[in-house]
Parts: sequence; structure tokens; C-alpha cells
Amino acid sequence: MSTFPDLTSGHRPVGVVSFAQYDNVRREGDHNEVEMLMPVVAEVFANVGITKDDVGFICSGSTDYLVGGPFSFVTALDAVGVWPPRAESHVEMDGAWALYEAWVLLQEGEIDAALVYCFGRSSPGDLTEIMAVQLDPYYMAPLWPDPTSLAALQAQSMIDAGMATEADFAAVASRARRSALANPKAQVAYDRSPEELLREDYEVAPLRRHALPPLTDGCAAVVLAAGDRAYELCERPAFITGIDHRIETHALGARDLTHSPSTELAGRKAGVDKKKVDVAELHAPFAHQELILVDALGLADDVELCPSGGALAANPMMSAGLIRIGEAAKVIWSGQADRAVAHATSGPCLQQNLVCVLEGV
Amino acid sequence: MSEPVGESERGPVTHMAATTKLDYVFTPGVAQSKNLHGLEQGKFIGQRCPKCKKVYTLSRGSCPTDGLPTDEIVELPNTGTVTTYCVVNVPFAGQSIEIPYICAQILLDGANLSFMGLIQEIPTGDIRMGLRVEAVWVAPEELGPTMASVKYFRPNGEPDADFETYKEYL
Repeated sequence: MSTFPDLTSGHRPVGVVSFAQYDNVRREGDHNEVEMLMPVVAEVFANVGITKDDVGFICSGSTDYLVGGPFSFVTALDAVGVWPPRAESHVEMDGAWALYEAWVLLQEGEIDAALVYCFGRSSPGDLTEIMAVQLDPYYMAPLWPDPTSLAALQAQSMIDAGMATEADFAAVASRARRSALANPKAQVAYDRSPEELLREDYEVAPLRRHALPPLTDGCAAVVLAAGDRAYELCERPAFITGIDHRIETHALGARDLTHSPSTELAGRKAGVDKKKVDVAELHAPFAHQELILVDALGLADDVELCPSGGALAANPMMSAGLIRIGEAAKVIWSGQADRAVAHATSGPCLQQNLVCVLEGV
Repeated sequence: MSEPVGESERGPVTHMAATTKLDYVFTPGVAQSKNLHGLEQGKFIGQRCPKCKKVYTLSRGSCPTDGLPTDEIVELPNTGTVTTYCVVNVPFAGQSIEIPYICAQILLDGANLSFMGLIQEIPTGDIRMGLRVEAVWVAPEELGPTMASVKYFRPNGEPDADFETYKEYL
């Protein structure tokens, strides 16, 4: 009999058994989305010795606004090859939410394995404009606020509330980029002290260059497997013991930007505080957001934060969230951690948040 | 007393225009670049799947059936078969061709995927499935990496193709 961890969410143990990601780059000018995905999908299957015929469901996350063309998620399926016809779905969200949908389907018990993939390129369009289109269409979008300016409002609110200083933001960035030196998929990695980073000019005050995520083209994929199937594919599966996602209002002015009640609630529902957390992979595109997330999740001082470097190391749109789950799974597989928390965010200023607790046995 | 904020003699706001325009740089990718460079030279380029051996024209670089890279390049001829068609009689905004005209799915010889093309030099009443056609290209100096390099297709005078040869491509 296989042993499974206690579950907070769901009733069927589902594990992350494989993960692959593209080389995160500033501009992938040679390959289209299908050509980027093909090697990643091939790798995520090869890692566990299966093919597309071994998964009962395929779910993807992406947005046509990044590609600039309609139905890009349909053509992306060509990277998998969906013949004979497959059960398949798509979310106009980060791949972490596609993983959530696959996890729900796996709970139903009709299938034992699923493929989740996502892709997002920041280079085809002007991200500062594209990201404004997700805002409320009456009061916010017509102003075309760029993501950095909105994040800067959030950071300034933290400073005004006496919760953090610019030096705290620099400390987050310094640690994340140093961790990223050990991540071969990192796009931005360096060893610079917070003091050195504080000498940078402001991009949008109070955020300096180091507090901003890189612009990244990339994609990623994960294989989920349930029950005994997880052990057939992986010696030590990273079982999803808790998963939940919550959203806050789209009206930025109605939110307290210094706190993340949606992360707090999702974390509680996912059972983050039930046992000791060893590692947390947080999707904080802007440095100050990590401080908000650590607070919302109630993470203790001894939790290792973002060993991959997090979204400050590479931030492929619609993918950086799923990559956090993949990176958290890696530390479970290796035995480096017994319990890891992965987090994904979407929307301006941490509007929507997903929390996923992974455990090894 | 001043006027209440937000009210005017023009009445409540019932509409607002929020114009959105986003510009993109399109990356055709390795496979599609080869197709586009072919069009620039007045040639159709196809790509063959290593597994099912099907040849795709205007490929995005993968076999949609097998999910494998279609790395083998195949130069395709100028001739093909009309698998199905539509006679356009309805005017619409931005129409550049005089109606009625024929829009057809064309399966190039040696290809396993059809694409849409304009048919000219035949009365609309004479169009039919199985009609053999050839591509008419723009003048050499006007050729570019675009489907606009193909002006249209026209009957090439060969006898109609047997239904069995294209029934899988409808």
C-alpha cells in the first residue's frame, strides 16, 4: 500500500510528478509559441517516461492579448498533437489556474494523469499597454496605467503605513537575484548588496530597477498524477495537500493595497499553517509584494523563500505562477524539503492569488 | 448652492468610447519563416511529419496530429485541386474583390492540408469540387514573404481529380 499525506483540499491525493520550462529570455525572436512549447512538452513527458497517450486531460493557460492574435491557445495545442481527440481545456490565466482545473478533474477519479502547460511572451507587444486592458474598462483602463506605476502605488502605500522601507525592497531583490545564480533558467541573477541596489535610479518612485521583474518570453509544463499512478511515475511525488484561490475587487481604490486578504484566505483554506513550511516559492513580480505575501501567509522567519529567485529572476507572463509550483515540487522531489508552499498571482497589485501546498512522504 | 457634481443639462452619461489599439511584432517562427521565404521566391514550401509523413503547407512547425517538429522541408508544385468552395455574393466592409467571386479550399499536389485561395478566370457557375488549378503569382518584383504573392488560382486545363484523391481533405 502506498502512503499518502493528509489532505486539506480534496479527497484524492494528486502529485506534481514532472516539470519543465523553456529558457527564460528577454526576446524569443526565432520560434513561435508552438515551436517554444514542443520541446518543453516533450521534456515534461520524457522526464517520467510517458507520452500524450498516457494523460486523460490537457489544460493550458495563456492569453491572446500577449500574442496579438485570436485563438492562440487552440493553435498551441499543435505542440501536443491532439489526435485521437482529447479532453482539453484552457484558462485565460496563468498556468497555475490551469493546474487547479486539472486538479479538480483528477479529484473526480475518472483519469489518473493530466498535462498542464502555459505560455506567455512579453516581447511581441508593449506590456505596459497590454496589461492595462485587464483593468476595469470604465474608470481604470482608459487611463492606461502601466503595471509598474500601479505597483509603485502599492509600494508607496506600504512606506506611508510604516510597514516597509525602500531598503526592505532592496533586501528582497538582493536575496532573490543571489538565489537565482543557482537557477540555470534564471534570466536575471547577480550578487549585489542591498546598499548597491539602493544607488539605482527610480523607475517609478519608490521602485528602483531592482524591484521590477524582467520582461520574459517563456513557457512551462507540469504533469499531475493521482494516487498510485503518482508513485509509478515519481519516486517521491510532490502531493498537493491543499490548494485554493481567491480574488479581490477590481476597483483598486477600494482595496487596502498593503495587505492581501485574498492570499490570506487562500492560504488558510489550503492549510498553510497546519504544519511547518520548509520552502515557499512566491509569485511576487515586484520586490515589495513578497513582503505582503509573507505576511498574508504567516510564514515564519526560518522558511526558505524563493530558492529559484522567484519572479524577479524570470517573469514569463501566464507562466511564472505555474513555474513556482514546479520549482516547489523540485525541492520536494529532491528531499530538500518535506513541505513547500507555492503561490501564483494574477491581476494588478496581487488582485487574485492561488496558494498550493505540496508535501512529500 | 453649487450644482451637484457630475450633473449637467446634457443628462446622465449613457455611453462612453474607450478606444483600444495595441501594436504587435509578429514572430512567424522557424517553420513559417521558411514558408514565407518560399512565397518570396514564388514557391510553396511544405513540411513533413517524421511520424505520419503528412505534409503541411503554411505549417507552424509541428504536426498537429503527433505534436512532433516537422523538420523535413518539401518543395511543393504550383498545382492543386479544389476540395470545396464558396461563391461569395454578399458585399461586406473592406471587400477588395468584385462580387461574385469564388473562395476555395485548395489542396496542393503532394500536400496533406488544404488552404483557402481565390479562384479566377472561370465563370462562377462552372466552379466544382475536384477542379484542377494552378497558382498565378504576382510579378517577380512584387513577390514578398506573404500570401499576397499569390494573386489567385485558375483552372489549369487538366481533367477533374477523382473524388477518392481528395475525400480525406474535406
